Amino acid sequence: MKPTDITNPEYFHKVVDCQWACPAHTPVPEYIRLIAEKRYTDAYMVNWHSNVFPGILGRTCDRPCEPACRRGRVEEQPVAICRLKRVAADFKEDIKDRLPVVPADKNGKHIALIGAGPASLTVARDLLPLGYEITLFERDAVSGGAMRTQIPRFRLPVEVLEEELNYILGMGVNSRFGEEITSMKSLLNENYDSVFVGTGAPLGKHLDLPGYSEVQDRIHTGIEWLANVAFEHIQAIGKRVIVLGGGNTAMDCCRTSKRLGGETVTVAVRSGFDEMKASPWEIEDAIAEDIPILNFHVPKRYLVEEGRLVGMEFEKVRKELDENGRRMLVPTGEEPVIIPCDDVICAIGQENSFPWIERDIGIEFDRWELPVLDENTFQSTHEKVFFGGDAALGPDNIITAVAHGHDAALSIHLFCQNQEVTERITPLTSLVSQKMGIHQWSYDNDISNDVRYAVPHAAKEKTLKDINMEVELGFDPELAFGETMRCLNCDVQTVFTDQLCIECDACVDICPTDCISFTDNGTEAELRSRLTAPADNESQDLYISGALQTTRVMAKNEDLCLHCGLCAERCPTNAWDMRKFLYNTAKAVNA
Amino acid sequence: MTYIRKPSFQHPQLETNELGLTRRDYEGTLTTLCGGCGHDSISAAIIQAAAEMSLEPNRIAKLSGIGCSSKIPSYFLGKAHAFNAVHGRMPSVATGANLANKELYYLGISGDGDSASIGLGQFCHIVRRRINMLYIVANNGTYGLTKGQLSATADLGSKTKSGEESLYDNIDLASLAIELGASFVARSFSGDKKQLVPLIQAGLSHKGFAFIDVVSPCVTFNNTDLSTHGYKNTWENNAALSQVDFVPMREEITTRYAEGEEKDITLHDGSVIHLHKIGNNYDPFHKEKAMMHINQHKAEGRIATGLLYINQKTSDLHDLTNTVDRPFNVLGEQELSPGNSTLMEINEAFR
Repeated sequence: MKPTDITNPEYFHKVVDCQWACPAHTPVPEYIRLIAEKRYTDAYMVNWHSNVFPGILGRTCDRPCEPACRRGRVEEQPVAICRLKRVAADFKEDIKDRLPVVPADKNGKHIALIGAGPASLTVARDLLPLGYEITLFERDAVSGGAMRTQIPRFRLPVEVLEEELNYILGMGVNSRFGEEITSMKSLLNENYDSVFVGTGAPLGKHLDLPGYSEVQDRIHTGIEWLANVAFEHIQAIGKRVIVLGGGNTAMDCCRTSKRLGGETVTVAVRSGFDEMKASPWEIEDAIAEDIPILNFHVPKRYLVEEGRLVGMEFEKVRKELDENGRRMLVPTGEEPVIIPCDDVICAIGQENSFPWIERDIGIEFDRWELPVLDENTFQSTHEKVFFGGDAALGPDNIITAVAHGHDAALSIHLFCQNQEVTERITPLTSLVSQKMGIHQWSYDNDISNDVRYAVPHAAKEKTLKDINMEVELGFDPELAFGETMRCLNCDVQTVFTDQLCIECDACVDICPTDCISFTDNGTEAELRSRLTAPADNESQDLYISGALQTTRVMAKNEDLCLHCGLCAERCPTNAWDMRKFLYNTAKAVNA
Repeated sequence: MTYIRKPSFQHPQLETNELGLTRRDYEGTLTTLCGGCGHDSISAAIIQAAAEMSLEPNRIAKLSGIGCSSKIPSYFLGKAHAFNAVHGRMPSVATGANLANKELYYLGISGDGDSASIGLGQFCHIVRRRINMLYIVANNGTYGLTKGQLSATADLGSKTKSGEESLYDNIDLASLAIELGASFVARSFSGDKKQLVPLIQAGLSHKGFAFIDVVSPCVTFNNTDLSTHGYKNTWENNAALSQVDFVPMREEITTRYAEGEEKDITLHDGSVIHLHKIGNNYDPFHKEKAMMHINQHKAEGRIATGLLYINQKTSDLHDLTNTVDRPFNVLGEQELSPGNSTLMEINEAFR
């Protein structure tokens, strides 16, 4: 293998598994260390710059960082990254003086943002400090988009939501709320310099089974129903509720039903538990509220008596694989299952919908009715029009919408400055030694053996009675500190200088997880098979040095490195050094 | 040294041996030696050797004297027996222990000061008495614990970090051991575990006195370019006579090598040392040739490493003194003190 090029910023970025997995590439270990130091405000700002909504995401994020967390590869559970983010938001001080300054003199460019959800708000936040004039259209009377309409208040209190929305709205957005855009053509005629579409995936799917037309008023579409609950248009539901679907929306629907008068709430899922799309913790929270989840139940018809919905019939199925290995749901042949109910909520998916974008104005759509986009720039086939969030690539999550927003804001900025939109700027990185003394590092390298701390919950008796009462209480500072100590500081990189190495083996001997080998060079596949310990995880790189005195090379398996720095502590020549790698994605402000 | 303990997290696929133990279970306490000290690599090699051989820690006795080298039994096999003797007197303690219980594996750890200076007399006698043990000298050519004076194994002309030059010829403990009747003599290098680990395994399996002289650089006081015991010189001049593989008795030998290139040596316990010859046609069964080879290499400024000499036909102390089959420490009072009538019988025999 060739020596690893550690000057390529993506090499060390990939070692920081959480940050690499985060769509917005938030420098996770950096803010976790700040929390450990009780510098909550600083930790919050690291988040705010990267993911814009730390308080909201600290409660609601899909947390792609956690399955990626290295800790999960050396023990059972990853670090509770998401809930630590909430800690930064909960305990921070006033941040208003830390917000970017918005110039009074505008740069003369005027951008229209459609839909006041996370994607548009991120674009606004990135462009306002650069002097852009921003007009934000929203069909609802208030901002927030899915963060307001799709996430129940018992998971995200309204104060937390509005605080973070207001940081952006307070930067000087022209709010045009309660104003639905019905024609892109006429909007484009208003001569905005650029238009950003962040209208989400607003169309819920319903299930048109026999009986549907007779009792349509008792059959609800998940996302619409949740929005109506959020705006208090709906304040009650029948005593017996069936929720169809296995995603996070279904989990929110069933838990909301419990709080609106649903006494017997049942979730029915077509597939097996292991195929449910909902996050495991959301499923756990639903089960903890005594909501049964029935899997392998395929809905067949709505049962109607005297014009009234009385129940639903399901066919029981099992999973089989066809000859191509594709999953099939095959009826078990058992008696159909009848579940009595007063209401059914269909949370079986949502779709994009752009009836307001004329198809003859240069914005092309693909066969799934999604806009044709450059996935790096988010520019549509109309050079002035950019998309982001669920509106761009289909339904996903908040943090992805934020990431799109950053990228689109950069594109809009480049476009408005007459620069090439496809010429992206490189990330901002630094690599700095953390050595403070002979055996002293600026980070805590003594690895905690603690298992993951559970976030305390409020008593079920109380939370089920009050739809606005937050269930999760969040970590207190002490629990948070314990959890921060579980972080392995993967951003503090093991940097090897081959010219300094005397091949004493001290690092090999001390490494607790057998990451380091000194061996003859070879192909990657061959090296992986003959290192000190197996290196089977091919998604993780091997760090290869140049040839040493003996012509051997140092080969480090990045997979299981604990970043404990003992290799560097034992190294007599400083051939190993622990250097903190800070990686920030380039945003519009850096262009 | 390091101040934090080694994290307990380990590689999830770390192999377990026949006892269900991993290599990590054979570790000891946190080392207090300088980072990069060769002695730590010797500890790691012993850990690996013992784990691979599935040795029960409670069947191993570690013995040492005084010096940086003699500290290391703390850092490996934390669950084995151990005795830290006075300076240079480990051989006496080892002899006593071996007499009392011949059923343990005895692992003596000493240094060049402990064995070639203050304990040279004791060293000579334990070799001569053929105690069944593995005696390892961690040889760095310097007195590291007293800040870097030249030791008796420092080669003529070698210079320490402070610039002191060795005026005398060195004592070569491997040659001395061959001369005095050791039946297994090897030399290795702390940096080269591929060679050191099988030699330790073979030495532990060998019945009789096994000796390994391990060049183990003192990274703090004797690792300059002008030192013959530093990493640079040792890597440069390490002349392996043969490549050694150790096959424990329980495993089948699966790899076969070309005729004439290899030699299998079956040890007392049924395990096998597999030698691949490198270049020359070295014969490890010949005492005089072994000495000659060592001297020739030395004259060329090279260090002959590998299995230097082996003789499987020798007897150990218990054979020579015709002790009873059962170890002394399990004999009861009746057997150890059989009473007046037996004494009378013995006395009668002398009349």
